[in-house]
Amino acid sequence: MDNVSRIFAGARRRAPTRALEPTNLTVLDNDFVTILGPSGCGKSTLLRLVAGLDQPTTGQIILNGIPVSEPGPDRGMVFQSYTLFPWLTVADNIAFGLREKGVPAPRRTTVVREWLVRIGLVSFEDHYPKQLSGGMQQRTAIARSLANDPAILLLDEPFGALDNQTRALMQELLLDIWERERKTVLFVTHDIEEAIFLASRVVVMTARPGRIKADVAIDLPHPRHYTIKTSPEFSVLKARLTEEIRAEVVLADTADRAS
Amino acid sequence: MKPLAPISNTARLGLGILFFVFFFAAWGYATLGGYVSKTFLADPLTMIEEGWLLLTKHGFIGDIGITIWRVVGGFVLAALVAIPVGILMGAYKPIEAFFEPFVSFARYLPASAFIPLLILWAGLGELQKLLVIFIGSVFQIVLMVAVTVSSVRRDLIEAAMTLGARDRGILTRVLIPASAPEIAEILRLVLGWAWTYVIVAELIGSSSGIGHMITDSQALLATGQIIFGIIVIGVIGLISDFLFKWGNRHLFPWSLA
Repeated sequence: MDNVSRIFAGARRRAPTRALEPTNLTVLDNDFVTILGPSGCGKSTLLRLVAGLDQPTTGQIILNGIPVSEPGPDRGMVFQSYTLFPWLTVADNIAFGLREKGVPAPRRTTVVREWLVRIGLVSFEDHYPKQLSGGMQQRTAIARSLANDPAILLLDEPFGALDNQTRALMQELLLDIWERERKTVLFVTHDIEEAIFLASRVVVMTARPGRIKADVAIDLPHPRHYTIKTSPEFSVLKARLTEEIRAEVVLADTADRAS
Repeated sequence: MKPLAPISNTARLGLGILFFVFFFAAWGYATLGGYVSKTFLADPLTMIEEGWLLLTKHGFIGDIGITIWRVVGGFVLAALVAIPVGILMGAYKPIEAFFEPFVSFARYLPASAFIPLLILWAGLGELQKLLVIFIGSVFQIVLMVAVTVSSVRRDLIEAAMTLGARDRGILTRVLIPASAPEIAEILRLVLGWAWTYVIVAELIGSSSGIGHMITDSQALLATGQIIFGIIVIGVIGLISDFLFKWGNRHLFPWSLA
């Protein structure tokens, strides 16, 4: 029914430190996949490979039938560090990719306006990033990527530096956007609750060498409300994933001590 | 006093002025009190009197003007050459590999040592003075700009790439705007150094300018005039510094906030 299917065949990497073992992962259109794993498991590496910021040692990544060779606007990325351009206002940051594409100014203004409304920062459009809170900066960064209308949105622990309350609000906002736009999303995190709450599928990765350990479908209903985090179904999933992750962290720790 | 504890603006200004008061008081005490011979060091009052005479009778304003012109002229030429080269060196590693060793070597060549050579090449005219400033500034600016551009945050460049920016876009829309405030800061710093070069250039083989006036005054043992000349240079330096800071604040409001 949908001829667009995305195949990430064998995103592989072998280096002195084997950050990512030969890995196969297929992400379907409109899927929200979270990649969950302890730090140092190669989940960020995987994401950077998809973004084209890093080249796989072996294997290839295919997006809509085309192999990925370099970064491009079809794969928007939100980083954990704050990467808004400090010399541009919020509005100009959101318009960055559109300008780079050569979208005419009036059209740019319309798109930027829509995104400002969606992320609730209309009154901050002329502010510089330094004048914003961390949460506002990451909201703008998400809007900046999505304004480009990418085929897939890549998020590398985007809420990692935020406090718990802001983080929860940001999760809801992102989920809200996804429920409306139905973008394909690949979201890297080490937070189990975050992984379950957002995802339609959680991919658990092992630590050193990084490889996929489990692939869990999350069939909690949409739209999701934050109260779902306390539901029994959620708790079952959380308990299961906690076990998977715990085994990994313990393994990694023993390996560290041995070496 | 506690370490790093801030003070009010009034207190800051007052303390700043207080040192000047101490300075002039000590100077006045040493000279007017007769502890130092007038031949070697004029007292503050004589200095002001001689300075006033310089400005009103001896056309010192013209000397000041010509010195400023030389500094600004040589400095602008150096900046026009050095900024593009520095940006390209910072952005493209082969260009850096090509220029960097020579520029690193050239920056240690003292501009003042070139003066005899430059006099041979360019005579005693304005061109020679401009060249001294140019040589003294250009290599410094090139290297500092190159370092600034190459140290632009890597994640900003990556973010731009995932937004579809190509080589040209990364250069013009990320590297250059990201380093612009620091480049302006580099220019402010190097302009300060250019002031020392111009005076040296004017001390040797010159018929006008602040440096020339200072050499003339030395022959007349007019220490008041020499000190006045030095103070004028200091004041002009301070003003140019202030203008630069003010300009940078208005050009790059995003870098402060």
